[in-house]
Parts: sequence; structure tokens; C-alpha cells
Amino acid sequence: MAAPVADDAQGAASAGPNHGLRIFLIWLPIAVASVLLIWIVWGPHLPPGRMSTSAASQQWDILVLGVIAAPIMAFVLVFGIYSLIVWRHREGDDEDGPPIHGNTRIQATWIAVTTVIVLFLAGFGTYELAGTSFAGNGSGEGPSPIWKPTSGTPIQIQVIGQQWRWTYRYPQFGGFETTELEIPANVPVQFNVTSLDVIHSFWAYQLGVKADANPGVNNVAYTTATQLGKFVVRCDELCGLWHGAMVNYGKVVTLSAFRAWAAKTNVQLTAITKMLPPYSTTYDPTVVPQINKAMVKAGIAGANGYYYPPNDPVQP
Amino acid sequence: MSLPARVVTLVLAFLAVAAVAAFVVIHYFLGSPPTVDYSAGVTADTGATVHVVMQEDPQNTVSTHPDWVSYFIQNPQTHAWVHTTLFKVPAGSRIDMTVYGYDGCTPLRNPVFGEVTGTIGGVEYVDGKPTKALNSWSGCNVGHTFSIPGINLNVPMATPSNPNANLCSTSPCTSGPHKTITFSFMTPRTTGTYFWQCRVPCGGGFIDGFGGPMQTIGFMTGNMEVVS
Repeated sequence: MAAPVADDAQGAASAGPNHGLRIFLIWLPIAVASVLLIWIVWGPHLPPGRMSTSAASQQWDILVLGVIAAPIMAFVLVFGIYSLIVWRHREGDDEDGPPIHGNTRIQATWIAVTTVIVLFLAGFGTYELAGTSFAGNGSGEGPSPIWKPTSGTPIQIQVIGQQWRWTYRYPQFGGFETTELEIPANVPVQFNVTSLDVIHSFWAYQLGVKADANPGVNNVAYTTATQLGKFVVRCDELCGLWHGAMVNYGKVVTLSAFRAWAAKTNVQLTAITKMLPPYSTTYDPTVVPQINKAMVKAGIAGANGYYYPPNDPVQP
Repeated sequence: MSLPARVVTLVLAFLAVAAVAAFVVIHYFLGSPPTVDYSAGVTADTGATVHVVMQEDPQNTVSTHPDWVSYFIQNPQTHAWVHTTLFKVPAGSRIDMTVYGYDGCTPLRNPVFGEVTGTIGGVEYVDGKPTKALNSWSGCNVGHTFSIPGINLNVPMATPSNPNANLCSTSPCTSGPHKTITFSFMTPRTTGTYFWQCRVPCGGGFIDGFGGPMQTIGFMTGNMEVVS
């Protein structure tokens, strides 16, 4: 029977070929080629692109994951194929292989190397989670974000999810609310994400922004768009019958174009803005204080603004 | 039990299970309300005018959920009311829509949808009076909405003036207090299925009004099929 790889690992004397070296020499060019291919050819096209700082950092994460994973996958494949060819069962060879005993050097090396890799990845992941400039990486950080943009005042955009449409409110520009999403390039944007009904998830794919929209919760996410263009917004949380159709498009424009659009839209929507509740990070749509007065005036018994009958179940 | 008896029992049991499975599949999964066809005889992409007529009722007494609010669509040939929310219209055409609003008021979850959008002129006509927005929070005046997100259409449905009046109690409604809402919009040149919905949480008896008719095709949501 051919000598198993454990023999090589133990450094046992063997008259046969050095399988470890052979495997290494086969694996090395494949690993180098795959890493170069991923890094140079595939890397720039990896999702979600480089439209914003958060998207670029997510693309970098996927690239790092790819170049780490590719050599490992290549090794598994090379080892597997090599084993099938070289160590396959041969006619008349029914002999057992040599017994394998512990090897302190290999075990210590294994533990040390994996510890270093895990600690490095933990540190790297934490750094990347914070964002390269510690400005968040596009994910929802909850109502009290730890990582905030360090330069400039972010443009505040409230994202409101409701079955089955997103609306966007701009508190720094008169508080208007619209179904259009425009953001300026090269200015930090703070998305305040909430919901009026069930749980949704705001996913601005090309911006690398994803934050759950929970009723009664303000989920804050930051990004800075670096390229002009269109991006798609989807709901990423199964939210009812038309969840799959809860899609719209946003636009990244220059700061001057954004300001002009915001000023124009604010004027256009003046009448409807007056109907909106005062800007708040969250809303309780089950209570409409104004409606009580209207209902009493209309001769309908109100209940402090709760417009669902007492026998109806309410959101827990 | 003899062998033939056992075989017959087994076959009958198998057939019974198969029949139940077929019933469930056909009744619950493949069952769909009918589609009212407004495209027959109209050439698409010519800007031709099609008159679509609907009504929204405080209940429906024609289904297994009589306490659910519901839209009805009028068949253009027979003028009979059909309990459905599926209709077919030609692409690139002008839709003149009339909706009879028989239901009472419920505030919008988000008052931004009190604004009329996507109609020709950005306006709806409530009993003939042009209206650009309805404030459902300051007055008891919105029952439902007719909204097609795919073409940014949103039209709030006004409610009968006297909220204490006895609302129509038999569907489809033919009498009783109501508002007549009219508006026009253009269908897209791109054929396809555009879903529409009501944005008022009108599923009474469900958590915050979200369930039941709000989530069921044939009641407060459906499809506008745009064909060439």
C-alpha cells in the first residue's frame, strides 16, 4: 500500500515520493492563480459595487473572504483528487496503514496558527464593522449608534416602511415626505429607519445599506455616496402579501442638485406636509389624537384617538 | 377481512385522501376571483378612453367573510357588479375611473397618502368637486384609497358626508349614503401586472387593521393587468 500522508506529516522516513511536497507544488500555482484572478479580475465587480463608502467596504470584505477561501478550497480539491489517484485501492493490497500517534509539534502549530487567524479575523471584522473611517458600514446600528461620521453634518433622511411602500422624510428641509429618495454625493447621510406597521427591512443595495424597519424603533444607518447614479431599494423582510413588490429606486445626485430638488419638493408638498404629524424618530400610528375631536364632532364616540374598536386586537 | 375487501378499503382510502388534497389545492391555492375585462374591443397604445367602475362597501354579503370590507368591479358588458379586485385594461390608454364610496371613515396610517398622485391633473373629483388631498386625521372623511404603487397612483376615497347615516348593509350596494369619486390616469405602455391596494388599515378585527381583507385578493387589494 502506498504511504499515507500522515507518514509525511510525522516526518517518518519513506522510500516513496514526498507526497506533501507534491501536493504543495500542485496546489501553489492554483492558489496563486485563483487569488490573482479574484483580486484583479473578479474583485472590482463583486457586489454590492463601490457606489458608497459602505458598499466599497462591503466589497472589500467579500474580496478578503474570497482570497482567503479560494486557496483553502483549492487545497481541499487538490488533496481530494490527489488522494483518489495516488492512494486509491490497488488489487491485492489489503494491508493496513501504519498507526498514527499524536504529534505535539503539529498540534501546537495547528492551535497557534488557527488562534492567530481567528483573532486576526475578529479584529479585522470589528474594524470593518465600524467602517474604515469609523463612520458605520451601512448597517442599522439601533437608536443610539456607536459609530458616527466624524466629519460634516449628516443629511438626515427618515425612511418609513409601510405595507407595501417606502416613504422618505427630510426633516432638515421643511419636513416634507415623499416616495422619492434622493441623496447627495460625498456628504454623509444618516438614515433613520422605522415602520408604521409590521417589520420591514430597508435595503439600498448598491449603497450597501441595510437596516431593519421596526415599528416604534429608530434604526440609524450611515453611508456616504461616492458615485452619482441610480440605486435600487428593496424590502428584505417578508412583510405580507406584496412584499416582493416593495421596490423603488433612489438617486445619488450632486449636492447642489440635491439642495435644489429638496427646496422644490418642499414647496410642492407644502399642503400635504401640513397634514403630517410633527417630525419624530418614531410614530405610533394606532393613536391619532386629532381624529378623536373629528369623530366627536361627527357624532361618533371617540376613544382618545384610538380608532380601532376595543374588541380588536392591538399590536402587542 | 378478506383480501379483496382490504384492497377495496385501501383504494377507497387513497382516493379519499387524494380528493381532499385536490380540493385543498384547487380551492385554496388555485382559486382566484374572476378578472373583469375592460380591454375587449379597445386598441392598446392609442390613448383610447376606457371607463372603469368600482365601488367600495362597508361589508360584503356575497362571500364567506361578510364582515370584511370589499371592493366590487362592474362588468362593462352586463353592468353587473362582480366581487373581485382583478381587472384588465389596455396599455397606453386613458382610464376614466368612477368609484362609489359607500364605506365609512378610518384614518390613514400615514396621512401622506391623503394626497392625490398619479392622476391626470393630480386631482380627483368628489361628487364633482375637484380635490387634491383629503386630511383623514382632521376629519372623518376618508374610507379607503385606491393606490397602484407601480405607476405612483394614489387616490383617497371620500366617505359619505354624514357618518351617522346608516351605511349600505347589502352588497353590492345600490343605495344608501355614498360619495362618487372620479379620476383619470394613463395606463403604462409596458404591459404587465400592476398590483393595487387600499392604504387604510381597514381589516377590522385583525391586529391594528392589517389582516383579513387588506391581505386578500378579491377584497381590498388586487391586480390591474395591462395588456397590449
